[in-house]
Amino acid sequence: MTANTTSAVKPAAAFTRTGGAPSARRKMKSFYPSWFFLPAMVLYVVFFAVPTFASFYFSLTRWSLFNIQFIGFANFVEFFQDPQLVNGFIHTFEYGFVTSAVKVVLGLLFALLLTGPVIGRGYLRAVIFFPVLVSTIGVGIMWKNLLDPFHGMVNAVLGFFHLGQPGWFTDPKLALMTIAGVDIWKGVGIATLIFMAGIVAIPQDYYEAARLDGSGSWQIFRSITLPLVRPAMGTVIILSLIGGLRSFDIIWATTGGGPGFTSDVIASVIYKEYQAGFYGLSTAGNVILFLVVTVIMVPISAFLNRREVDL
Amino acid sequence: MIPRTRKARVTAVLGGAALLATALAGCSSGSSNSSSSSSVSGPVTIKLLAGGNDPVSIATANAYVKGFHAANPKITVTVETRPGGTDGDNLIKTRLATGNMDDVFLYNSGSLFQALDPDKTLTPLTNEPWVKNVSKDFKSVVSTPNGVYGAPVGTTFGGGVMYNKKVYAQLGLKIPTTWNEFIANSEKIKAAGKVAVLQTYGDTWTSQLFVLGSFADISAVDPKWASEYTANNPNAKYSKEPALDGFIHTAQVHQLGLMNKDFASLTNANGLKELATGEAVQYPMIGVVIGNVLQTNPKQVNDIGMFPLPAASAADTRLTIWEPGGAYIPKTTTGDKLIAAKKFVAWLNSPAGCAIQNKTGLPAGPYAITQCKVPSSAPAIAADTQKYIDEGKSGLALEFISPIKGPNLEKILIQVGSGISTAAQGAALYDNDVKKQAQQLGLKGWS
Repeated sequence: MTANTTSAVKPAAAFTRTGGAPSARRKMKSFYPSWFFLPAMVLYVVFFAVPTFASFYFSLTRWSLFNIQFIGFANFVEFFQDPQLVNGFIHTFEYGFVTSAVKVVLGLLFALLLTGPVIGRGYLRAVIFFPVLVSTIGVGIMWKNLLDPFHGMVNAVLGFFHLGQPGWFTDPKLALMTIAGVDIWKGVGIATLIFMAGIVAIPQDYYEAARLDGSGSWQIFRSITLPLVRPAMGTVIILSLIGGLRSFDIIWATTGGGPGFTSDVIASVIYKEYQAGFYGLSTAGNVILFLVVTVIMVPISAFLNRREVDL
Repeated sequence: MIPRTRKARVTAVLGGAALLATALAGCSSGSSNSSSSSSVSGPVTIKLLAGGNDPVSIATANAYVKGFHAANPKITVTVETRPGGTDGDNLIKTRLATGNMDDVFLYNSGSLFQALDPDKTLTPLTNEPWVKNVSKDFKSVVSTPNGVYGAPVGTTFGGGVMYNKKVYAQLGLKIPTTWNEFIANSEKIKAAGKVAVLQTYGDTWTSQLFVLGSFADISAVDPKWASEYTANNPNAKYSKEPALDGFIHTAQVHQLGLMNKDFASLTNANGLKELATGEAVQYPMIGVVIGNVLQTNPKQVNDIGMFPLPAASAADTRLTIWEPGGAYIPKTTTGDKLIAAKKFVAWLNSPAGCAIQNKTGLPAGPYAITQCKVPSSAPAIAADTQKYIDEGKSGLALEFISPIKGPNLEKILIQVGSGISTAAQGAALYDNDVKKQAQQLGLKGWS
């Protein structure tokens, strides 16, 4: 029962894992004749399988669209020697793990708040979810303007209170974490939603029994909510980690990987190599990204799946 | 389960197959119809791909199309735009490789042109009548050993220090001819409370001027540098003198605190406004951007002049010259469309075409073709550029003498110019970037 994470571009695989009830898994026999799958299969082969295998070949070549030359593993060697690419790798992990961790913590806190008895709960739920609905590029451009070091609204407010006015996207030390912050702002709504669904699904009987036994709030949270919300947590971790590791659009819209290379991640490096016309090298980068995401996600997914069954 | 009829299943399958067939048909190239008469037989419509999607590029392309249609009513030209910078490079390569290029496209000359594999993708224009009027320098940057492929569009222009002439006069400063004089001037400007050296990393490409704009100085020190660099000679590297100077200078203006505070986020357009008003006094830049000043500060266009980025010694100080971009026709354009496209390209440098270039493009230096003349109303920067050319104190930018230009130079120089890495580190990184590009181009001596 290994999770279906064969492709980095299909985080939806994680959804079907938690969505599929045990009863549906039991019977694998199809209701349809096999030729019924033919159109989907043809589309899948032509647009997914063939390009995937073609990319393995192209990653071993120096390719200029006009000429192609087989060069073995030189692209991969280049990818790991270039300091800018190595940095991109490190930044990718920092970014992926920070955004994922903060989304889990914040998402859980917001979910607890928004499933509890608060005034204007429906309104607050909508507000938390709104950023998810906005285009990522739009979010990036908006924050780029809000956080402009000299003309942005945020620094104007900070300046009014005589506080420091950091160059959010332009200071090499801050840029990557500022983008992570924007990513969290945009993505925490999804995490909250999944946690809310998880919390609501916990039967009330447990809580009533715990209260009768005289448990405090912290004890209830630790011993009931947290263990029983674990399937939701697994989904949040997998979704946000995959999203973080291959994140590109928000970085491109805010800093373009800059200043210099200080906020470059694998995806933005690949895009720049592609822009520069290093088609073979950028394909090699995509193969590496694919392998890295698979290597990280398969064990995590398997681990989280096992815990789910244990419960 | 929902019961389904056999008919519905068949329809679904056929529908899917039909969808796939249409999608695949979209990939094949259009029909080709070759005939070789000298004038178009009936009404023809051709497409022009503009040189970018900025207001100046769009306005110029539309003006060309309108003017050309008035002179050739049988031929209609429609305009498409494209992104500038590396996104544009990529789009042009992809469209050429897939046979989807517009009938005429405007693009850079020099190393970017060479990366298009012109012999395979472009129609040679060697035998067109206007070719004999094109300057030798320009011809060399749109040619391969097999032919000439492009017509000039726009003027040549200098890359050096754009400076505010009024402030220079007020502070009693002289045009610097050595790097030390430049630094001394900059200290005086800073003491007067103005921005001495403007940098605008908000537009990343603008970071490259200390390196690219001083190439004429390197050529003056070592005339063979460019050919040795192309041949992978270990002495002609950016991590060695004289080329290392450009990186050192980029780092130095930052270390000495001569730059504007908002260098990391300021954009080119806003920087030019500050230069025009005299808030900022010196801006290492290419002269072609003067067109933007006309849009925002029309009254101050003539307050801006240009001098070369100075070398260590005055004898080596030269203005680096950029050749204009070209108009090209892809191999996929044939028959009547090819005749129309050739007519359009020739028309660009006709009297009517030159008038449009003078009006919307704004000359920043002399033309590369004898048919077009710079008008007396041209901005002051054009006269400054012309002066250095006439005195023989100019040289071509590296991208017109060597096919190799590493794609990451702008980012590397931002690192150096913001103090993230040292000049030596940046230069070494760029040498590696150059190596990657040379290998990609399949040049001899790099594998």
